[in-house]
This record gives sequence, structure tokens and C-alpha cells, in this order.
Amino acid sequence: MSALSILYVILFYVAMITLVAGVTNKILQYKRVPAPLKIAVTPAPLTKKGVAYRFFTEVVFFNSLFRATKWTWIFGWIFHFSMLLAFLRHLRYVISPDSFIWPLVNNMVVQSFGHYAGFAMLFGLAGLFGRRILVDRVRYISSPSDYLMLILIMGIAGTGLMIAYVAHTDVVQLKAFIMGLFFFDWQNLPGDTVLLVHLTMVLLLMIIFPISKLLHAPGLFMAPTRYQIDNPREKRHLSPWGAEIEAKDGRNS
Amino acid sequence: MADYEIPETREFPIIPSIMEGAMAHSSPFIAGEEFQTEMGFPSGEDKGLIENWKETFLAQLKDKLGKYRSLQVFMDTCVKCGACTDKCHYFIGTTDPKNMPVARQDLLRKVYRRYFTFAGKYFPKLVGAVDLTEDVVKDMYDYYHQCSECRRCAVFCPFGIDTAEVTMAARDILSMIGYGQKYSNQIIPKVHKIGNNLGLPEAALADTLEGLEEEVEDDIGVKVRYPLDEKGAEILLVTPSADFFAEPHVDGLIGYGKVFHAAGVTWTLSSKASEAANFGLFIGNYEHMRLISLRIRDAAKELGVRRIVFGECGHAWRVAYNHLNTLAGPWDFLDQNYPIPQHILEFTKDCLDRNILNIDKSENDHMTLTFHDSCNIARASRIGEDPGSQFTTPRQVIKAVCNNFHDMSADTIHDQTFCCGGGGGLLTDDLMELRIKGAQPRMEALKNVSKDYGVTHMAAICAICKSQFTKVLPYYGMTMDQIVSVHQLVSNAIVLEGQGEEAEDSDDTEEAA
Repeated sequence: MSALSILYVILFYVAMITLVAGVTNKILQYKRVPAPLKIAVTPAPLTKKGVAYRFFTEVVFFNSLFRATKWTWIFGWIFHFSMLLAFLRHLRYVISPDSFIWPLVNNMVVQSFGHYAGFAMLFGLAGLFGRRILVDRVRYISSPSDYLMLILIMGIAGTGLMIAYVAHTDVVQLKAFIMGLFFFDWQNLPGDTVLLVHLTMVLLLMIIFPISKLLHAPGLFMAPTRYQIDNPREKRHLSPWGAEIEAKDGRNS
Repeated sequence: MADYEIPETREFPIIPSIMEGAMAHSSPFIAGEEFQTEMGFPSGEDKGLIENWKETFLAQLKDKLGKYRSLQVFMDTCVKCGACTDKCHYFIGTTDPKNMPVARQDLLRKVYRRYFTFAGKYFPKLVGAVDLTEDVVKDMYDYYHQCSECRRCAVFCPFGIDTAEVTMAARDILSMIGYGQKYSNQIIPKVHKIGNNLGLPEAALADTLEGLEEEVEDDIGVKVRYPLDEKGAEILLVTPSADFFAEPHVDGLIGYGKVFHAAGVTWTLSSKASEAANFGLFIGNYEHMRLISLRIRDAAKELGVRRIVFGECGHAWRVAYNHLNTLAGPWDFLDQNYPIPQHILEFTKDCLDRNILNIDKSENDHMTLTFHDSCNIARASRIGEDPGSQFTTPRQVIKAVCNNFHDMSADTIHDQTFCCGGGGGLLTDDLMELRIKGAQPRMEALKNVSKDYGVTHMAAICAICKSQFTKVLPYYGMTMDQIVSVHQLVSNAIVLEGQGEEAEDSDDTEEAA
């Protein structure tokens, strides 16, 4: 195995562990902290099913963002949705052809949509970048990291497109490398520069995920304003520390 | 009227350009040692910071992050997308960029990042993290008191981030390092000691209510009761203390009494719980909010009532609807067949639905009404059984007692309603400029509906909204009596049994004379 391949094997494991452990840790932290009061933003659903539907509209259509600003919505939605398509296309690198889900990934629809999704991603990201520079309010609230995050993902999309259209790589060997990571049967990684840049940026994204605003992905589901059921009169809501306060003076009995 | 620069009201609102520092001078009075001590908060020398303010601040922030999931999640999830930037009435009215909800949150988030996150500890410039300095704290005090905790930003945030949660946490932390706000911290001890925000003692309250009974009897010739501390009454009415004498609030109280009278239920006010408002919410303090709520529990037990009904008040209804069960529950000793607590509009709507009120709509024909959705009711409660009933119920009641009604522009009502500009503990004279500028979006919508549909009056169901509009309407070229209580409209239209008989008699006598 080449030294380069060994380096990337190590980097992949580090990135994967950082991502999974970091995000799990954050979710556990959010779960550990109680929500002492009912703070659902109303009108809010009255049932669990209703809450699921509320999240469905938020995750799939970005409902609240749509109501807020059409420009950010159109760019943001195109970017996220095409990133999903690109992600689905990439699943072919981690799924064995013998697997029963292989046909779900390796078909005309997923592969061709995913193929062009890179362009849509770039379009969406460019729009978001443009807003960050051109709209005075958004410029005011932006930190260097906000621009760099967009640049990083644009870099990932850009190099991905280059691999697809300009500088092809040995995808068979690439898949062997990836599958080798899963089965601890390490293989060589193709040494094409564009591929290495692409992978390095993806690894970087994975590593910064748990320490950056990318936490908005799990955080979305942890906002009491959105996940709480609107039933405070019907069902008494009490946090552990609220109960401790009660126990001290006994005035609620 | 003092001289302030009044923002323009326009036919077609556009988002203003930002002007840095436009409201940097706006800062409410800091609570002196007297009030801080009463509240259990420390105070520094000369209303300054306490000695170990920095350690205390960070310890308090850490404590809050461990107690409030909302705060911990909201500190992490903002992506600076900008969706909220043009949604705050204080931003629209002042154009100060620190009044953009995300920028307001960032005052605390920057410090959170610096001391509690990896990126902020090691790469502060990259992620916009800052050290906790006196200037940073001063900025927080100024701008967390330019937020009315109205939650309009939370409606539009793709992640449900609610700036009110951040404002409340920040205000509570500031209180703990000597920067308590005078207005709120002066009022809360009065509730603890006397029972209402005004410090109105039992005797004065009894006197006021007696006067009210006489006034109503003189007016309509029917003896409508406004009872205080009557044991064994079925309903305890908890209403904002402004209802006892401020205009147009008191006309609403008269209305509640008439509805109870017509419905044939027994009810009472309590001198102990003579306040629906709960400023513990504004200052973000769970314990104070709980102690204020517990007065209602105690009063309900002492008086032996079976139901609790709340009068017209926005944040009070937010606390009552969402938190009364948590803070002062369980309510197993009350009648479980009714909502606990119930809103007065739920009560009145039910009476209207059962057709037990005799209504003469023409009594309100001299007015064309519109309705101001109060922020806390719109975005933090229901008034009825269905989601959205907080919008429909008040309108149904208004339409049941008035012939002329038109809503304001769709993007300024329901859950997109604009705060009156005086909510969240900002209804104080030392923030007058902010209040006037913050009212701009609502005033704009009102002017437009007046021009297009001939609306003459705006009805509200919140004591703060009513007081705030009474004060700011004149600055926008309108008159203070254009704001009315919803139950004032009910009061005008309701015809009680026996009402008018004497009046007709007296007409006869006049003619005879």
C-alpha cells in the first residue's frame, strides 16, 4: 500500500469517528438538558402525529423559511435537495452489488439525477454566497466561518463535477478503497489530485460537523418550540429541577 | 408629547437599510439596590456590576445551558441564514442592526462560543467569538431590553430558534450580576407583597369595585356585581390590575361582569391574586414566575372556587395557558369539565354559541373595528380547542357583537402579528423612544386599513397592548381612544334582563316634565 493510501485510511477513520462520536455526544447533551416549560410556537400540533407532520413540512419543504424569504428559500432548498441527490448517487461507493438495496441505488434515475445535482448545488450555494455579500443585513451577521463553509461545500461540489466531467478517476479502485475501510481490508486509493482534494474537503466537513453550525441538522429536531405538543392545560409538564423546587416548599401539594 | 423622531408609515412597506448604532443610546434604568435586594439579586456599587461579575456571568450561563434545552440548542443551531433579520418590529422601526433577532441572539452566542465551544476557544476570530468584557455586557443590557419577547422571529426561523428564550436567559443572568431592570424589578415585589403590579391594597380594590357597580347601575339600570374575595363563588376571575381603572381596560372588566351576570354564574375577584400579569416571564426567572403563579393557587383554594377564568391580557395568558399547570398545578381540586385555566373569550364565546346572551349589535355601529392579535396569545397559546382558535375566537366574538369589521393586512395578523412595541417588560417611560419606533409596523397596518376600509377603532385583548397604544397612537396622528377592549364591545352590545326598562321609564318622565 502506498503511504498516501495509508494516510487516507487513517484520515477516514479519524473523520468518521469524530463525526459519529461528536454528533452523538451533542444529541445526548441536548437530550440530557430538560425543557422546563412548554414553549411551542403556536399554532402548534395537538398530537404526536401532528408534530411529525410539522417536521415533515420543515425538513422537506423548509416551510418556515419559505414564509420568511423566498430568495433564501429557493437557493437553500435547491442546495440541500441537490446535495441529497448527490449523496444518493454516492451510495454506490459504499454498497455491495450483492446487496438487496443495490438496485435502488444503481439505477438510471438515482445515478443521472445525482450526476447533474452537482450543478444545482453550485447554483444554490452561489446564491447563498451572493446574499451573504449583497444583502446588508446578512453581511452584518456573517463571520468568516460562514463564508468559508459555503466555499468548502462549493469546493466539494466543484471537484466532484470535475471528476465526473473532466478528470475521471478509477472508480473501481475507489470503491475497493472505500469498501476496504468497512471490512478492515485496506486497499490503495487512486492518486488523482482532484479526487484527493475532493476527499480531503469531505473529510474536513465531517470533522468540523460536530463543532460548527452544521449542528443545525440534528438541532432542528431538538427545538422545544417545534417538537412540543400543544397540550399544556391537559397534561402537566414538569422538569426534574422544577420538581425539586416544588419539593422544597411543598406549595404545589 | 415629548419630541421624538416618528418613523414614517408607508402604503407599501419595504425593508430598511441598516444603520449601525441607531439605538445604542436606548437603555432602561438599572434597578437600584433596594429593588435588587427585594428580588434576591445582588447589586454593585452605584448601580454598576458586582465585583466578581465575570465569573458569576459565566457560571450562570453554564447553569442555564444545563437547565434550558431551548437555550443550549439555540446557541448551536443558528446558521446565520438571515430569515429573521427583517422580522422584528424594533428592527423595522429603528433600523439598528443589533435589533435583528439573530444579531440580538449573537450578543450572547458570541460569548457562549468563546467560553463553551471548541471553535470559539481556539479560533475566536473565525467564528466571531468575543471575550466577555464590560462593553459586551453593557451592549447586552441595552439590546436585550429592546426585545419584547414577542416570538415573531421564531415563526420564520427554519430551526424554530426563539429569540425570546435567549433574551429571557440573558436578562436573568444580567440580574444576577447587578444589571437588573428597574421597571420589572420594582413591580414584581409588589405582587409578592400585595398581590398586584400596582400595589393596590384590598381596601382600595374593594372601593374601586364598589364604584364600578354603582357606575354600571347608573348606566344601564341593572345591578351587576363585581365581587371581591367571595368564598364559595364558582369562578375566580384573574385579570390584569390595569383593568381596575385604566382606559379602555376597565370597560373590558365591566364587560366580563355583564357576561357572568347574563350567564348566571357566581364569580369573584381575589385581593390576593388581583393580578393576571406575571413579570417573572419577562425577566426570565422561573422561581419568581412560579411564586407569582402560586398566589392564584392559594387564592383558588382559600375561596373554594371550582373554575379559574383569565381576563384580557397577552403575556398573562401565555403564562396561564402554558405554565400555570407546570408552576402552580396540579389543579385536581377544580372542576375538570372546564379548561384550567379558561380564557374569558372562551367563556363568552361559549355563551354566544349557546345563545344565552341578548345582543344588540347596532350599539357598536358608530365604530368600524379591526383586531390586533397580541403576540403572546397569537404565538404562545390557544383560545379554544383547535390550533389557530386564538385567531378565530376573538374575531368571532367581535363579529357577534359588531356589524363592521375588517382585518389588517394578512402579513401583520395571526401568527405574523406585530408586537404593540411595549411588551416584554418594556412598557416604561424610560424606553419611550423605543416604544414609539417599535409600534411603527402596527401603526402602518392600522393606517392602511383605516384608509382602505374606513376602520375607526382597533380592538385588543391585552392590557399592555391597550396601554401602549393609548400612549403611542397620538404620535402617529391618531387618537388614544381608537384602542378598545374586546369585552368593551361585548359590554356595549349586551342587553341584560331588566336593562332599558328603567331607562324607558325615565324617558317618559322627561317627556312628561
